[in-house]
Amino acid sequence: MLARRPFFITFLAPAVLTAVILAAAIFEVLQYSVREFIPGSLNVGGFTLANFAALNKPIYWWVLADTFFISLLTAIFSLLASYPVAYALVRAKKDWVRSALVSLSITPLFTGEIVRTFSWMLTLGTDGFINSMLRKLGLIDMPIQLMYTRFGVVVALVQFSMPVMIILLATAIAHVDRDCEKAAANLGASPTAVFWRITLPLTVPGILSGIVVVFAWTMSAFSTPQLIGGGKILMISNLAYLQGFSVLNLPFAATLSLIALICALGSLALMKGVTSRIERRLAVN
Amino acid sequence: MRSFAFWSLVVALLTYMTLPTIVVLMTSVNPTEILAFPPQGISFDWYAKAVTYPDFQVAFRNGLIVTACASTLALIVGSAFAWLIHHYEFRGRGLLEGVLWSPLIIPHFTLGFGFLLLGGAFRMQQGYVMIVLAHMVLVMPFVTRAVHVSLANIDPALARAAANLGASPFQVLTRITLPLVVPGMAGGWLIAAVLSLTEFTASLYVTGSRTQTLPVAMYNYIREYADPTVSAVSALLIIATTLIMLVADRTIGLRRVLAIDTH
Repeated sequence: MLARRPFFITFLAPAVLTAVILAAAIFEVLQYSVREFIPGSLNVGGFTLANFAALNKPIYWWVLADTFFISLLTAIFSLLASYPVAYALVRAKKDWVRSALVSLSITPLFTGEIVRTFSWMLTLGTDGFINSMLRKLGLIDMPIQLMYTRFGVVVALVQFSMPVMIILLATAIAHVDRDCEKAAANLGASPTAVFWRITLPLTVPGILSGIVVVFAWTMSAFSTPQLIGGGKILMISNLAYLQGFSVLNLPFAATLSLIALICALGSLALMKGVTSRIERRLAVN
Repeated sequence: MRSFAFWSLVVALLTYMTLPTIVVLMTSVNPTEILAFPPQGISFDWYAKAVTYPDFQVAFRNGLIVTACASTLALIVGSAFAWLIHHYEFRGRGLLEGVLWSPLIIPHFTLGFGFLLLGGAFRMQQGYVMIVLAHMVLVMPFVTRAVHVSLANIDPALARAAANLGASPFQVLTRITLPLVVPGMAGGWLIAAVLSLTEFTASLYVTGSRTQTLPVAMYNYIREYADPTVSAVSALLIIATTLIMLVADRTIGLRRVLAIDTH
């Protein structure tokens, strides 16, 4: 047995240990979410479902709805902004253009959320870059409010999600069979028609996975709504942090964190269902 | 004409993507305290303040410790796991994979909160052990993926040939497989290190005032002061991560590690 499966136990043990630690951490969140909150104490009481019942208040429904709304807007605008870049990245004729596009679109992924959020604060602030430029150009007299607005949060979130969206779209576009496009062109389709009727439909699976990945990702965004929203825009992450660190209601914070996890898992499960159905339909046609 | 319009759109979108970076770089060399555009001159005072600010110094050191431990642990465990799932089918493999890939999906604040509570249960909250474990779990999928891609690219005939010539499984592993996956391991480790160094949300939960990492210290600074010191730190981080990523791309092909195939 040992001879036929060399290193099996040696390589399995650390992975299993890591998985157990991770599962234990998530189990702690689950465990706290069904515990009773004792005001003024970090200790928790007995088992209860009261935290889930407490969710049923208009304010929490609003936060959840806003989280969905912001994530949906981000996913849609990220798709619209990323598709041309991904298309250029795959179809550019010169090698250096492709390399430059890859570098420019991927590096923002690695600077970290706090640097990127802070950069947007400088760009969107009352004395920030955009307002200064607009004032210099004489387009506005009074600064426009961009910080602490839903618009500002979405503008930053779209930029954050573009690298991931571009990667997913570029992979989809690269897999389009160029012969299909050539055939359509030979049959008299204009370049515009080739794009809308051949290329775009063939990348639908990539588009869908991009939308869902960005949607799920944005649902768990924290620092952008925290700093650019500045308490005026609350997503579920900010509410969870507020409950955990300001109200010190750890059980309710755990409940909200769990809801966020369920939403993320749910949207990805939904994606699997939808993409496999669409891929089947494409295969039939 | 249509082509010109298309490329103008692409350039505009890339400008939107890079604008915040340019703005932060500009403010970091601006001599004035208020953020003035265009900059009033060139000065490196904010850099001097950033590197001498005690909170940032301590946080940078903390971050280096956490990053070194977490990415190296992730490298060891992740590489072993990648080798395992490349070679063996076993009962419970799906579950194990599901759990170990899950940090890509789990919101960082849920995970950070979980490790905070877990630390509390073992009286280790805000200690390095929990911070390192949280970071390790978060970055391990990237190492596993990079090594797994490298393993898949090895010609299986090489290992068979070595075994036929009398090499023991250990010799096959260390003399054949390991040298061939070193680029993948290095790439995965670099990505893991960069992600750990810049991780913020989970760190905000699991670190304390004495163990805070650089992004957490930056967050605390931003909430209290509004001067370009954080611009200077950001600029240094942007330059460092860009350089690391360029090196990673030149030496081991970052695109392959990230599985962006455009051909």
